[in-house]
Amino acid sequence: MLRLVELRKRFGDTVVVDRLDLIVERGERVVLLGGSGSGKTTTLKMVNRLIEPDGGRVEIDGTDAATLAPHELRRRIGYCFQQVGLFPHLTVGENVAITPRLLGWEPTRIAARVDELLDLVELSPAEFRDRLPASLSGGQQQRVGVARALAAAPSLVLLDEPFGALDPLTRDRLQQSFLVIARRLALTAIFVTHDMIEALLIGDRIAVMRDGRLEQIGTPAELLAHPASEYVRTLLATPFQQIERVRRATAPDGAP
Amino acid sequence: MSDQLALLPGYLAAHLQLTLVALFLGTAVSLPLGIWVTRHPRAEAVVLGLAGMIQTIPSLALLAVMVPLLALAGAASVRAFGVDIPSIGYLPAIIGLTLYSVLPILRNTVTGIRGVDPAIVEAARGVGMTAREQLRIVELPLALPVIVAGIRTATVWVVGIATLSTPVGAASLGNYIFSGLQTRNLAAVLIGCVASAALALGLDGLVRMLEIGVRTRRRGIVTCAVGILVALYVATGATVVRDWIGTSARPITIGAKTFTEQYILSEILSEEIGRTTARPTRIVSSLGSTVAFDALVSGALDLYVDYTGTIWATIMKRSDVPTDPAIVLAEVSHYLTDTHGITMIGALGFENAYALAMRDEAAGRLGITTISDLTAHAPQLVMAGDYEFFSRPEWTRLAETYGLRFRDRRSMDSSLMYTAVASAQVDVISAFSTDGRIAALGLTVLTDDRHVIPPYDAVLLASARLAREAPDVLAALRPLAGRIGADTMRHLNAEVDQQGASPHAVAEKFLARPGELPTLSPAP
Repeated sequence: MLRLVELRKRFGDTVVVDRLDLIVERGERVVLLGGSGSGKTTTLKMVNRLIEPDGGRVEIDGTDAATLAPHELRRRIGYCFQQVGLFPHLTVGENVAITPRLLGWEPTRIAARVDELLDLVELSPAEFRDRLPASLSGGQQQRVGVARALAAAPSLVLLDEPFGALDPLTRDRLQQSFLVIARRLALTAIFVTHDMIEALLIGDRIAVMRDGRLEQIGTPAELLAHPASEYVRTLLATPFQQIERVRRATAPDGAP
Repeated sequence: MSDQLALLPGYLAAHLQLTLVALFLGTAVSLPLGIWVTRHPRAEAVVLGLAGMIQTIPSLALLAVMVPLLALAGAASVRAFGVDIPSIGYLPAIIGLTLYSVLPILRNTVTGIRGVDPAIVEAARGVGMTAREQLRIVELPLALPVIVAGIRTATVWVVGIATLSTPVGAASLGNYIFSGLQTRNLAAVLIGCVASAALALGLDGLVRMLEIGVRTRRRGIVTCAVGILVALYVATGATVVRDWIGTSARPITIGAKTFTEQYILSEILSEEIGRTTARPTRIVSSLGSTVAFDALVSGALDLYVDYTGTIWATIMKRSDVPTDPAIVLAEVSHYLTDTHGITMIGALGFENAYALAMRDEAAGRLGITTISDLTAHAPQLVMAGDYEFFSRPEWTRLAETYGLRFRDRRSMDSSLMYTAVASAQVDVISAFSTDGRIAALGLTVLTDDRHVIPPYDAVLLASARLAREAPDVLAALRPLAGRIGADTMRHLNAEVDQQGASPHAVAEKFLARPGELPTLSPAP
């Protein structure tokens, strides 16, 4: 279980995250949803201390994250970046193997794990293991990114708009793959996005952020039924309104 | 040509050795420093600024300034530990070259590491790398091509600048260039240039090979390149290591400044010591004027020939000029013994004075025979001097006393100066009075009618150390005093400068005919 308690961060005079409290249960996927500047990515990076909080604390299974060495903390948490961030000079297999290697696993165990994960993200190990990232498509690269995040069997996975830069078709396929994987492995995950539909599809619960504060948290159904504020209501109504407008714009003349 | 080529293996090995050691040390300093700078951004401006400043020092000056600095360090080290530091030769050259190689490697290390995509650096942190792992697994491999480009730049620079090790007493391909220019041996100059260019290309290729091997992870290529580098290092290093370890059996080191007469005299000294005492000798040639004196003071040099007027004006900083050369000689001798412990073994018997010279034809046409005559015409004339002439006190006094103001003044290599005046590209030059080319090229030496230029008797000087440790050498050389007259010296110079004989051959010929003074040969 992950607990964020009164987490705070300011950059200069700007308060980016303001006394944020959040609990993510084991096996639960929580989506952090908000516009740019809402503090969702900063919150995510404070969990594995890529950004150090100014105040408050992060507890993972009861342990205060601040008591661990940052690199040890990060080896226990999977991280998937929007820019993918694959190491361009390492092969696909070596990229996936990186955290197990840092943890000092046996080479045979690492090799087996790499193949297992490439299979999981639907990339044939024989075909992809020894290729360099530059020879892969954007979607394939992000699959490798997901595999790398899961390699060391982390108790928690952080995903920062992982599919944001992909074309709609690829994004759709990857979202579905991710859901399958997350359910099969019962992943505990925090998923950052500004895409309403993605949030509704992926999250067990959605945490809506605005100006560094938590506006509302709940299941998609709760948020739709009982929005806590006008902002949340408008935000969640947007995709349905868009679908309605698309239907009208493309309907034959005279149709209702 | 073939006797020049015979010198190639030695010079090439020495040059390669200097280059490899300087590059190795330069990389060993710059790479960690560059990494440290990327971790301490506030230090960057200072460190890179300092490295840039070193780079702006002219390379010859950077190497030459190491000689007096090391002499100071040596003196301090003798007092503190009883161990001397050699101030000429290998050490000043290595320090200068290493300093020169720092900037390109340092700058490219910083640029290379800074240039790694921030998203990839964040990913490295995100997957749980420590700062050290991040550097080793991600940043250094990705910055490698840029860092290697810096090492390659440094390689090409250092190979070129290593030719300037010659004036501080380290043998290099520069020996070809310096002595070749002086003795008008264009074949030697050419060999020096071609060999140094080929060496630069070869080493550059080797470093590139190493980089490709590392980047593509082909162990075979890496092993091969490293193997070649190590083999080169070991092969060339043997001689240098011998020099370092063998300080007890240290050869007697004879210095020569950068002109023909000095090359010949150093060969005569070396031959004579070999014949009479059978002690090993070593000639360090093409030394800068003050480098030679500083080295004699520190004991890095045992013997060389200097001129009383030079010591009088440049070292003792005397501006008065006694009319009797014997007074100057005696005072210089006392000064050297009292102040520096240097023994003046004797005056060789000739004077090589600074003199102003013009073409016979121009002097006759303008009616100039003395420097006083020159004053009125000077504003229409161009004067050329060797590198040091216009900064020497002799020139200052000449200009002040006679009121000399030329239309233009040029500093150039002394060997090119004579050709320039003979072909009327300049009008007046600072000649050496023993130079064979004065007669050969039809030049008139102008009389110093107001006695501004001090006497320049050639004197054989020995270091305090030599006098203490090898008095037999001093005794063996004493008979040379008074044996080389002005005509003899001019004759020997002409054999090298005009007939293309090597200084070594001319020295052997001179010593093989004791008693018989060769007559001045007619100009060819």
